Amino acid sequence: MVVISDEARAGVRLAPALVTPALAALLVATILVSVTLGRYDLSVAQVAAILLDNVIPFETVTWEPVQELVVEQVRLPRILAAVVIGFGLAVSGAALQGMFRNPLVDPGIIGVTSGAGFGGTLAILLGLTGSVLLAIAFAFGMGSILMVKMLATVRRRTSMLTLVLAGVVVSAFFTAAISVAKLLADPFQKLPAITYWLMGSIASSDYADVLLISVAVLPASLVIYLLRFQINILSLGEEKARALGTPVGLVQWMILIATAVISAGVVATSGIIGWVGLVIPHAARALVGASHQRLLPASGIIGAIYLLLVDDVARTATTSEIPLGIITALIGVPVFALILRRIHAHGGWTNY
Amino acid sequence: MAAGPIIEVEDLCVARGRATVLDGYSFGLRAGGILAVLGSNGVGKTTLLNTLTHVLPPSRGQVRVHGQTGFVPQLFDVPFSYSVLDIALMGRARHIGLFGSPRQRDYRIVRQTLALLGIESLETRAFNTLSGGQRQLVMIAQALASECDLLVLDEPCAALDYRNQDVVLDLLARLQGDHGKTIVFSTHIPQHAIEIATDVLLMAGPKAYRIGPAAEVMSEAHLSDLYGLPIGRAEFSGTDRHTFAPLFRSTEPQHA
Repeated sequence: MVVISDEARAGVRLAPALVTPALAALLVATILVSVTLGRYDLSVAQVAAILLDNVIPFETVTWEPVQELVVEQVRLPRILAAVVIGFGLAVSGAALQGMFRNPLVDPGIIGVTSGAGFGGTLAILLGLTGSVLLAIAFAFGMGSILMVKMLATVRRRTSMLTLVLAGVVVSAFFTAAISVAKLLADPFQKLPAITYWLMGSIASSDYADVLLISVAVLPASLVIYLLRFQINILSLGEEKARALGTPVGLVQWMILIATAVISAGVVATSGIIGWVGLVIPHAARALVGASHQRLLPASGIIGAIYLLLVDDVARTATTSEIPLGIITALIGVPVFALILRRIHAHGGWTNY
Repeated sequence: MAAGPIIEVEDLCVARGRATVLDGYSFGLRAGGILAVLGSNGVGKTTLLNTLTHVLPPSRGQVRVHGQTGFVPQLFDVPFSYSVLDIALMGRARHIGLFGSPRQRDYRIVRQTLALLGIESLETRAFNTLSGGQRQLVMIAQALASECDLLVLDEPCAALDYRNQDVVLDLLARLQGDHGKTIVFSTHIPQHAIEIATDVLLMAGPKAYRIGPAAEVMSEAHLSDLYGLPIGRAEFSGTDRHTFAPLFRSTEPQHA
């Protein structure tokens, strides 16, 4: 057994009552600063005034109408989309890592991401756009979770290990299907559209998109949060959870469906944004410990801040947009490698 | 002490794949008893305990347990760095709704249980940094926090040193004597059964088992039969206490 300073390894590292409000304040600050970024120069004070004006109307307006337009119609919807998506992906990643008692799991593992990805690809291939594309991508995402669950259920019991393996199988199938679709696509118009859509972007988000993402992410995140204590118990393993009296099958189902709704909703509206759900829960666990009562909110807020920062880079680093999925992967892969080394150094992931 | 049976097992059969692990086990245990389960590796001790905790449904027959069951698995790692308090709180699962989380009352009961076991100072420690003996006590605290009547422990003394075995055995005896708990535990060491068990179940095979009061069942002949090698009785000089010990290397080894 590796001996590490006991206090440092214990579940409560910072006063948990302070962490979540501190993170929430950091999120608000990040949002305000993010709104100032871009080609139109704005100060944090101006942004705050423009936004506050909606709540408490100012008597004298100190900003240009075009500044208000940029803040409220161009930048804010996109920023809110990044916040909601980052929140949802991180919460579902934390829930799945807990349920599968495996810190290397992310929302992509249950097959929904590639399922929804194939749905969107198919829609583009068929020349469908807008809400039809969205509906098809979402439906394929939810269909793939049903396939995974059916594959993994033998004699009315679902084993966690089989569930992960079934997720890998379904994921591989839809990834292959996406390749076939790309092969069949017209290389000058549809292939670039498919490729770009899959890489993930929220560049053209408006308030309708934000609403749509929120409808998927927020209720599902609430369900996951309500199951916070049950996720703790499931992370002890199925046998122990059954012996403790937890309705294992029901809780598994609810978490699978909720995380699938989040993943399918995110992919349908914004393409595949990987690595957030894998990496962020680790950062949150280092801050607030393993118990999901504190971990889920902390993960969500850190995920929101992270994706917002990533999107800030995506829209300001170069003159053209960089797809979000590329940046999250570029950052996520080295961080993931560090996590793997840390887990190894601590003598396996049970000590992590 | 309540006299009625707390466990009633009737014609219990459990199949795993094509192998029949248990075939026709029938026995009872009165409330307030301590049942020790002995048998070779792989004979189905864990399977039997898992049916008592309703983790494993029987293929045939019935297992009736009158009261709540708490389960302490074999030495146990948890993923992630849960604190001792987090782990013990999970024992409150039956008292916390599907969408709920622990309340003041749950914290109070869990802290009382940790204090009863003398491990309240470990509360904020990470479970996975504890020694085997400390972990076993935390898992017992988790089971007790469920306010169970029956405590089922799967080899609670495995991998513990003598001192920690003594701590666990003494604790089990106190839980029965002072707190009226009924206890079922499995072990490979006859001495454990002699010291605290009221009843003993010897498991020799799917159909072959022997159960009865500890004083009757624990004999040289029965134990020699069970383990397939000569087992002798030894007195502790100057006391009226005894133990059973194997005579290793006295016969041709029979490879299982």
